[in-house]
Amino acid sequence: MDTFGLLAQGLLTALEPMNMLYALIGVTLGTAVGVLPGIGPALTVALLLPVTYKLDPAGSLIMFAGIYYGGMYGGSTTSILLNTPGESASIVTALEGNKMARAGRGGPALATAAIGSFVAGLIATIGLAFVAPTVVKMALSFGPAEYFALMILAFMTVSAAFGDSTLRGLTALFIGLGLGLIGIDLQTGQARLAFGIPDLLDGIEVTTLAVALFAVGEALSVAASKGGDSTIQAIKGSVWMTREDWRRSWKPWLRGTAIGFPIGAMPAGGAEIGTFLSYSVEKNLAQKPEEFGHGAIEGVAGPEAANNASAAGTLVPLLTLGLPTTATAAIMLAGFQQFGLQPGPLLFATNPQLVWGLIASLLVANLMLLVLNLPLIGVWVRLLTIPLPWLYSGILLFATLGTIGANPSTFELGMLLAFGLLGYGLRRFGYPIAPVVVGLILGPMAEQQLRRALAISQGDPMILVHSPIAIVLLLLAATAVLLPLYLRARGRGKVLAQLGANED
Amino acid sequence: MSLDNQQQERRRPDWAALVIAALLMAVSVVIAWSTASHGAGASYARVGPTTFPYVIAVAFFGLSIWTVFEAFRGDFPEREKQEISPILWIVGGLAAQMLLLKAAGFSIATGLLFAATARAFGRGPLWKTIPIGIVLSFVVWVIFAKGLQLSLPAGPLEHLLF
Repeated sequence: MDTFGLLAQGLLTALEPMNMLYALIGVTLGTAVGVLPGIGPALTVALLLPVTYKLDPAGSLIMFAGIYYGGMYGGSTTSILLNTPGESASIVTALEGNKMARAGRGGPALATAAIGSFVAGLIATIGLAFVAPTVVKMALSFGPAEYFALMILAFMTVSAAFGDSTLRGLTALFIGLGLGLIGIDLQTGQARLAFGIPDLLDGIEVTTLAVALFAVGEALSVAASKGGDSTIQAIKGSVWMTREDWRRSWKPWLRGTAIGFPIGAMPAGGAEIGTFLSYSVEKNLAQKPEEFGHGAIEGVAGPEAANNASAAGTLVPLLTLGLPTTATAAIMLAGFQQFGLQPGPLLFATNPQLVWGLIASLLVANLMLLVLNLPLIGVWVRLLTIPLPWLYSGILLFATLGTIGANPSTFELGMLLAFGLLGYGLRRFGYPIAPVVVGLILGPMAEQQLRRALAISQGDPMILVHSPIAIVLLLLAATAVLLPLYLRARGRGKVLAQLGANED
Repeated sequence: MSLDNQQQERRRPDWAALVIAALLMAVSVVIAWSTASHGAGASYARVGPTTFPYVIAVAFFGLSIWTVFEAFRGDFPEREKQEISPILWIVGGLAAQMLLLKAAGFSIATGLLFAATARAFGRGPLWKTIPIGIVLSFVVWVIFAKGLQLSLPAGPLEHLLF
């Protein structure tokens, strides 16, 4: 069947009343949680995972799609109204968006972000539907050696390429890989690094780790530093965009989408580069470049579209290759795995209804967000005014709820506490968080592919470089480590540091 | 720029970074020791279940050495001064919840965590925030344990009302 047929069938699944309801709950919860300051998309998805535990796989993934898009949307609202740079991929949105809000144009800023997100989400999701079958076809020709090379590339781009230090990126990655070793070896059944503790035999839960690092670590870090509070910008004047705003926004939306989607769709980390690229493109093309830095609407419209397009783009490697390239995608992968589903080319063959239902429900969720959010902006703004003590008490309540709901054991809560302290330490010393999460889930997969490849070649390591694809991927991975090292040594590390977002 | 260098000069070597390097080294040793002591077993493949752990142990070893170098060069970012007591409140709250969960049930244990976190952010007094936390946690328990069928441990409070 062609893509249109499959997508139409997916839409039928997505438009069933129950599934529509799940999507609606998903986008509402996703936006409500994503809007809270200090909570990025990755944590939103991790915190809301327990809500989906008892649903059937299709319903749960549809709700998940809504949560994912809702969380992205909520994050941009926060950064426009609350200037919290360094929070997530919407860091660029904060640059111009917060300036607009300060100038009393918060309404149009939120509107152009919302409509831009919708346009980008729509185009990028359709792009996903068309690109995915091609990638699946290509992926079917991949052997273990190619998969291994692909994962090495993902590791290196997630950890070493961006951020302000190669060392700290790699250290974070290896902490994740080391944690991934714990438990029963998938191929031989041998227990590794379990130290005789039965609770460790199943390995470390990705959601426990992610919630601990992001929620508990963040709470500790904010409480300990008593950092300067940001002030919320009240929305003055009209929420609606003027004709002038529309005229200045539509091209950046499309350009942002065109930049964001391919970058997100690449099987490598660094999805947030798209937003930075889009920002500088808009700055160069703007008719009034002097407005940049003082609240130029193009600087909100473009990056916001790029942000959402790359969020949809990261689903390409996730769904077709089973390769998570952001922390959010890693948690989504864990969500799939709780139903025993392994994303990858096989899933398209064995469970097409589910995959296409998911893709179609992304379209539905996207539309719902637009319809819901323009009128509900006032409600989301009120969520931003929750005082910090109650906010973080609530975050910890729900963080522990998720852990207890997944596994009501004292030991699991102990791990939550231990990883929370780890997360605090990582933040304190400038280590990135995302590589730890990606390393934990992708490490065991990479090891399996490596051992499979070597089993096929009967131990000859040359199999790892036997095909041109594998060689190119490994060379790219080497470049991703060595080039930034060189740039930093030459004192050009600042650009890279800016590109390293904290989450996603 | 010169001012920056002077500040870094004074911090040299960065003791905290040296502690991190020591921890990384310890992790490396633990992984290698644990892998070696559990024995390779009868491994038919040259790359068996012990290969990857050894690779990672070696990587931790290398990262530890690298961290020592950066500690002496002052490559770690400046750190703000931290207050210890909020951290202790949150850690204490999490520990209390962990230890009381089975005996006292979800609502009471989580209510204590809630109050302790609020205290860490300077909101009190505890005799007011603990009841608020318990009521809130109980509502959450009803929604998730009764509504969404999650298995959240019940205690005296939950048994009293359900």
